[in-house]
Amino acid sequence: MTLLQSFQMAISNILARKVRSLLTMLGIIIGVVAVIVIIGLGNGMESYMVSSFQSMGTDLLTVNIIGRNSERSITVDEMYELAYDNPDYFTMMSPVVNLGVSVKIHTEKMDATSVTGVGEDYGDMKKFTLRSGRGISYMDIKNRHHVAVIGSYIDDIYFGGYAVGESLRINGQLYEIVGVYEQEADEIDEGNADDAVYIPYSLAVKLTPSNTINSYSFGMVSEDYVKESKQIIDAKLYDVYEDEDAYIIISMSELLGIMSSMIDIMITILAAIAGISLVVGGIGIMNIMLVSVSERTREIGIRKALGAKRRHIMRQFVIEAATTSAIGGIIGIILGYALSNVASQIILIALDTEISVNASPSAAFGAFAISAGIGILFGYLPARKAAMLNPIDALRYE
Amino acid sequence: MTPLIEFRELSKIYIMGDNEVRAVDGISLTIMRGEFVAIVGQSGSGKSTCMNIIGCLDIPTSGSYILDGHDVSKLDDDELAEIRNRMIGFIFQQYNLLPKLSALGNVELPLVYSGLHKSERRTRAAGALEKVGLQDKMENLPSQLSGGQQQRVSIARALASSPSVILADEPTGALDSKTGKEVIELLKKLHAEGNTVVLITHDNAIASQADRIIRLADGQIIYNGKSDLEVL
Repeated sequence: MTLLQSFQMAISNILARKVRSLLTMLGIIIGVVAVIVIIGLGNGMESYMVSSFQSMGTDLLTVNIIGRNSERSITVDEMYELAYDNPDYFTMMSPVVNLGVSVKIHTEKMDATSVTGVGEDYGDMKKFTLRSGRGISYMDIKNRHHVAVIGSYIDDIYFGGYAVGESLRINGQLYEIVGVYEQEADEIDEGNADDAVYIPYSLAVKLTPSNTINSYSFGMVSEDYVKESKQIIDAKLYDVYEDEDAYIIISMSELLGIMSSMIDIMITILAAIAGISLVVGGIGIMNIMLVSVSERTREIGIRKALGAKRRHIMRQFVIEAATTSAIGGIIGIILGYALSNVASQIILIALDTEISVNASPSAAFGAFAISAGIGILFGYLPARKAAMLNPIDALRYE
Repeated sequence: MTPLIEFRELSKIYIMGDNEVRAVDGISLTIMRGEFVAIVGQSGSGKSTCMNIIGCLDIPTSGSYILDGHDVSKLDDDELAEIRNRMIGFIFQQYNLLPKLSALGNVELPLVYSGLHKSERRTRAAGALEKVGLQDKMENLPSQLSGGQQQRVSIARALASSPSVILADEPTGALDSKTGKEVIELLKKLHAEGNTVVLITHDNAIASQADRIIRLADGQIIYNGKSDLEVL
């Protein structure tokens, strides 16, 4: 008796009792669907997060200076030196001055627009590309030219795409628009990454209440050296402030790592809970297989009388259980994929976020393997019961 | 010439609560190759126990059962299954066909367990069905066949693996007398072709069709000899 024959026999037995087989599979189907959708949702959340972090630049280190009261403060030049002295770790550096000031174009006051004072390398560091004009130059910074580079939103909405050469007002002062960056955000929306104005940091710092630069961005040679790069900056800053709490060095890739592992843990827990229904489904299969063994006692007796060994009977029932749950697994995978698509649509409509529920093939394969394994596991007991039947008693069974 | 079937001081004892029931009580018998023997007795005489032991469905409590020169009284479940498969052709009172398999499928079943290739199984099963005159009914399910036809399928199944012994347990019990007679004639024909046939029955008229009768009562042999010489 070959495996193929056992398998064919299992299929015909399952088909002979369609409703019962389907009900038996239900637990497995629900379990597999739940596991696939949950893991898919996790994948979707993770990739959504990765892409939003990546748009912020995972090869950047952000340094925030908090300690204002110390006697000595680090200068912009010292920070530039730090970057230039360590070319193996840093590609470039830029001061970042976030201003809470309002922008006026013509006569319109714009509250949502962000104004940031930056160095000449900032655009490159952020991987912005120019749509027209030029970026902020070293000379602009040195000579405090009143120039601005704007995001595509302002260009499109206020200047019809011809902003270069026009001007805007910040705190009443006139700035000439010299360049426009390409669209960064996915959508055109007020207050997003494209609703931004960049000016030389040397001018911006004058607009802050404390006249100090509190934030710097470092471009790293590689994300792989986050630790070492942080250490270099940390050593320098500690030297100046002699207080670890006077500054924070944030790396997007580290934050991303922490968030990712948190999501992973959450998804693992959720998937494990969904996995419980697989076990419940397995118990359902065991239950039905026990009934099936009782119903087929006479058949087992006949087979044994005709020369079936224990392992033949055993294999027949184990394969039947495994086939039942594997078919349940396949149905579950199909439904799981379908539901994942539906869920993506629902999230898009209800939450207006593009978190796609990515049913991953590995999750599907895993779910299939687990459901077949559960069939074998929970089919074992009934199969053993069948295999141990005494042929004389089994033949006499009515 | 060594006997095909030999019981030596064979007993089968069942424990029922506090009672010890000696279903078969120290009997010795021999059946030679090519014989047609009927084992006869009333219910409770021990004939079913004898049939179970001859058919290797059960093992004796004491004594030995030598089948074709080998002691099979101490074998385990799987070893017995293999011997049943190779050497015993069962014919049951209730036919015991699998309802979901066609006649051909049922006849093939013992050959499946002996590991024969599919085409070989087909040929042999078809040959056996032809022998019992059911070549036109091969694809029929048991439920589409009459009682007599079903019993002939089960005879074909018994023949298919070319067993050493055809063991028929009340083969006519569920049939009317006319079909019963046909089944007996078929068994006689198989015997005439050289098969060893052991018939278990309570019916003296059926038993008298065999060459030799072994009559049991209370687990003992009370007659063992030619069927036409027995004085009832």
